[in-house]
Amino acid sequence: MAISLEELREQFYENLKAADSSEAFEALRVRYLGKKGEVTGLLKNMGALAAEQRKEYGQRVNQLKALVEQSIADRIAEAHARDLENKIALAPKFDLTTPVQIPEGSYHPITLVQREVEQIFASMGFVIEDYDEIVDDYHCFEALNIPKHHPARDMQDTYYLTNGQLLKTHTSAAQNAIMRKYGAPLRAIFPGRCFRNESTDACHENTFFQMEGIMIDENISISNLIYFMKTMLSEVFRRDVKVRLRPGFFPFVEPGFELDISCAICGGKGCPSCKNSGWLELCPCGMIHPNVLKEGGIDTEKYTGFAFGLGLTRLAMMKYGVKDIRDLNSGNLKALSQFVK
Amino acid sequence: MKVSMNWISEYVDLSGLDLKDLIHRFTLSTAEVEDVYEMGREVSGVVIAEVVRVEPHPNSKKLHLVTVNLGDREDHCVCGAPNVREGMRIPFAPFGASVVGMTIGEASIAGVVSRGMCCSAQELGIADSSTGLLELPEDAPLGRLVTDVYAIRDTVFEVDNKSLTNRPDLWGHYGIAREFSAIAKRPLKGLDLADLSAYDNLPAVPIGRIDEELCYRYSALRIDNVRKGVSPIDMQIRLYYCGMRAISLLADLTNYIMLELGQPTHAFDSRKIARIQVERFAEPFEFETLDGVKRKIDPETLMIKSDETPVAIAGVMGGLDSEIVADTDSVTLECATFSAVSVRKTSTRVGLRTDASMRYEKTLDPELCRIAAARFTKLLLGIDPGAAVVSRFTDRYGYHYPVVTLSFDQAFIDRYTGISISGEQIVDTLTRLGFGVTRTGDDFTVLVPSWRATKDVTIKADIVEEITRIYGYDNFRIETTLSALHPVRPLRVKADEAAIKDALVKQFGLHEVHSYIWCDAKKLAPLNIPLPENVRLLNGMNPDATVLRDSMMETLLPTLNENRFFAPDFGIFEIGRVVAGQKENGDCNERRTLGVAMLTHALIPRIPFALLLDMISTVVWNLRRQKVTFRNVRPTFAWQHPKNTAQIFAGGKAIGYVAAVHPAVQEAIDRRAFLLTAEIDLDTFAEVPENEIRYEEPSKFPGIDIDLSFAVGEETTFGQIEQAFAAKPNDTLKKISLVDVYEADGAKSITVRLHFVSPVKTLSKPEVQSYIDEVLCDLAKNNIGLRG
Repeated sequence: MAISLEELREQFYENLKAADSSEAFEALRVRYLGKKGEVTGLLKNMGALAAEQRKEYGQRVNQLKALVEQSIADRIAEAHARDLENKIALAPKFDLTTPVQIPEGSYHPITLVQREVEQIFASMGFVIEDYDEIVDDYHCFEALNIPKHHPARDMQDTYYLTNGQLLKTHTSAAQNAIMRKYGAPLRAIFPGRCFRNESTDACHENTFFQMEGIMIDENISISNLIYFMKTMLSEVFRRDVKVRLRPGFFPFVEPGFELDISCAICGGKGCPSCKNSGWLELCPCGMIHPNVLKEGGIDTEKYTGFAFGLGLTRLAMMKYGVKDIRDLNSGNLKALSQFVK
Repeated sequence: MKVSMNWISEYVDLSGLDLKDLIHRFTLSTAEVEDVYEMGREVSGVVIAEVVRVEPHPNSKKLHLVTVNLGDREDHCVCGAPNVREGMRIPFAPFGASVVGMTIGEASIAGVVSRGMCCSAQELGIADSSTGLLELPEDAPLGRLVTDVYAIRDTVFEVDNKSLTNRPDLWGHYGIAREFSAIAKRPLKGLDLADLSAYDNLPAVPIGRIDEELCYRYSALRIDNVRKGVSPIDMQIRLYYCGMRAISLLADLTNYIMLELGQPTHAFDSRKIARIQVERFAEPFEFETLDGVKRKIDPETLMIKSDETPVAIAGVMGGLDSEIVADTDSVTLECATFSAVSVRKTSTRVGLRTDASMRYEKTLDPELCRIAAARFTKLLLGIDPGAAVVSRFTDRYGYHYPVVTLSFDQAFIDRYTGISISGEQIVDTLTRLGFGVTRTGDDFTVLVPSWRATKDVTIKADIVEEITRIYGYDNFRIETTLSALHPVRPLRVKADEAAIKDALVKQFGLHEVHSYIWCDAKKLAPLNIPLPENVRLLNGMNPDATVLRDSMMETLLPTLNENRFFAPDFGIFEIGRVVAGQKENGDCNERRTLGVAMLTHALIPRIPFALLLDMISTVVWNLRRQKVTFRNVRPTFAWQHPKNTAQIFAGGKAIGYVAAVHPAVQEAIDRRAFLLTAEIDLDTFAEVPENEIRYEEPSKFPGIDIDLSFAVGEETTFGQIEQAFAAKPNDTLKKISLVDVYEADGAKSITVRLHFVSPVKTLSKPEVQSYIDEVLCDLAKNNIGLRG
């Protein structure tokens, strides 16, 4: 007589207990569930049963089949889980303190300050322009209402070149070209490198950066100038900056101003940094001189405008506490490599 | 310039006002005040005394025992001054009084007790040094405090000269007083002047030829019988407080007039002056100025001559020979206006910047000449009533500045200021500043006063400044504009620069530096780098740094060298300008340029070189989606390696080079290091177009990779193999990549991987083999074949 269903189940349990590898599990599956497998074989006995018993018998065989399938799958899963645990146990624990390798390049501090200021002006609709470092007398002086015999043209201030050109002494040298490029209305800033023929010391450099800004439209007034300077400087210094204007003379503006900001160190009370005045002289500015607008091809009856110059080098020194201006052009990486951002 | 508030108060009544506040408002309305000094505050209790007895000191030859009369009592002290004598009046500090630096107590001087002190000018703080006691006039009131009788107490402020460059009228106290009159809204008093027309019948001072191009006005006046030699105490104090030194009455008066009116004058000893000429000399010569220095005078320099003999450098300084001396009793006073440009250039050429030349440089008002002469006469005759004017005011007034009249309306002022300043306020401010104003409703016509009309005030915008500065910028309401906003597209060059810096710093760890636009010969020579032939500075201060760089490396390699101990491996870069020679019109060919220089101690130089190629390719790809190719070229610069120098191509343009550094330069920097350089011309790069994204439907079929290993000669490059495939275009070949380069024992092999994909089917190896065979056939012609 063939083996009974119950006996077969017990026998399977015995075999399963003994199996311990994926190969053994696979052999069990074939032995019991394969085409010629033992569970499959039970179904062959069905023909010998009465019709009323067949249904019940069939169900029981199928239950056994499911049980075998499930039991094997469970054991495989268990074995896999054990495997993973083994792997974890054997895996190395990594050192979290290994030095990381970030490329530690550095920006020049002027780049950092310039970007900040450019972003502020870009957000207020100013185009950011650029200009040559080598210019001619017309752009540097004549177009800016600096007459032929103005002291600024004297040899001691300006670097003249053997070909008759010169190194620009101020970013204002770009005003004319930019007015001619865009016409009015216009709002533009133009940072650039400037040159003055003077000896260098901790406070003086012959090569330095400025940023010029101009805004030209109908009805631009002194009141607007003060507003823009205050807004811009408050953004630059990230505090509500108090500004004051004093008369200042620059041939390319009229009226011309020296703009002072309240001293951040003493809060305006007076300290050595601000020579006890509570104010720091920061940037020259003014209403663009009608002659300059005229040279730039702008109708002075219709348009007025303001201009200002910001010392980027000075700003960078203030921001980072650089005491010796010569550090900036020194190329000394002990100084410059600190500006990682 | 130093300004005495006592002097100002002579012309504007400032009583009841806070002087410090007024001076602060002067900064905000006129010119920057740098410092304020309270003078004479240390002196107290010092009285006027007469020396009644001078007796020898028992223990000293130099010291004396002095008895003084204080009016109501006598006092005693020990005195060491050499000029002490009976009958003189002096400042005396009794016990308890204070002078500069000390309070008088009881002291034993060489064994004698002294309870007081006879004072010098220095001790009263009205001179830098003194050789003896300050001798007061014979009628000085005995017993009175010196600080009550003389103007020792004063408030003095110093104005930044730079902020006065455009204001010739502010180089004298009277002009400053006019500003205070506008600021404080108090009337300005007139000047006390002699009536020169009273001398019109006297003979003229002989004046001959005048160079009217450089001398706009020359006037002179002769005064004889000057007996007094010393200036009044108050005048001496004012001169001292304003930074000058009392010398003699006539010299002091010229300085006083200059400090008061801003008009320099010159006092010649009449004995040395015959016919005056104002001219240039044809030949250079040497001239001794009154400071005792011999100076070279060239034919450009305007001189004052007396019968062809030079007596003064016009507007700068007088000569030693014609100077006022102790026995001068006749003065010929020069009041003149010289060309500002001529004086400035002369002063630069002879290296002499004087109080006079500083003022002439500012373009003085010629109208001042007569006023200065009248003021000088008034003061001199007041001090020395015996003196006599013996010539008429002799005047050669050749050049008159045009009269400036300006018209504007209220709307113009409102538009410029953005606020509303009333018509009454406009008229009041301008009138106080000396402008003639006519107002009809909203229309104004303004006559600019002569002292502002030489160059300072010429257009309507200048008037806006006058009105607003007195109104006060602190009083402005501030407002944004109502201008329309337009989109702003960033400039490509600016965007390129920013992206390049970000990539080099953040991705490749380079350091950004700034270097000069000129080469430093002293730094290049030790590195065996020659100075380029290029445009130079005409007037640089450093003779070794005059040639402009034609490559970034001329400044970056020295920078790299100076940092060579910074780290074993590092790189620097700069985006700056180089001058690549001159354009056809002679202008500098200025190129915006990226320079990269790297130093490494890598054992296999091929690796950092490949990194440099990666870096350049990445930068170009980031910005333009363009593949870069490198082609070996012969070096153009001395530091470039003869073998490893290559041009960089992107989008069909040569945009720069990469180069290993020539061993001659490398050895000079670091024998064991390997140096790399690259430059990109960013102006050319700006013209390289961006490669737009072109979308392709992804293939539904898997691709096929085929690896080929070539046995090659040492010189063969991956590029040659790649090029052979590129030369035979195949739609299904999507990518050629380098798998490996192996070099050993003189044998070299290169393994490449070809990736094929078809959009319509799964490719099989035989389908691509015929294509590969064709290319292999081409490669074989160059002796490049598969390995083994």
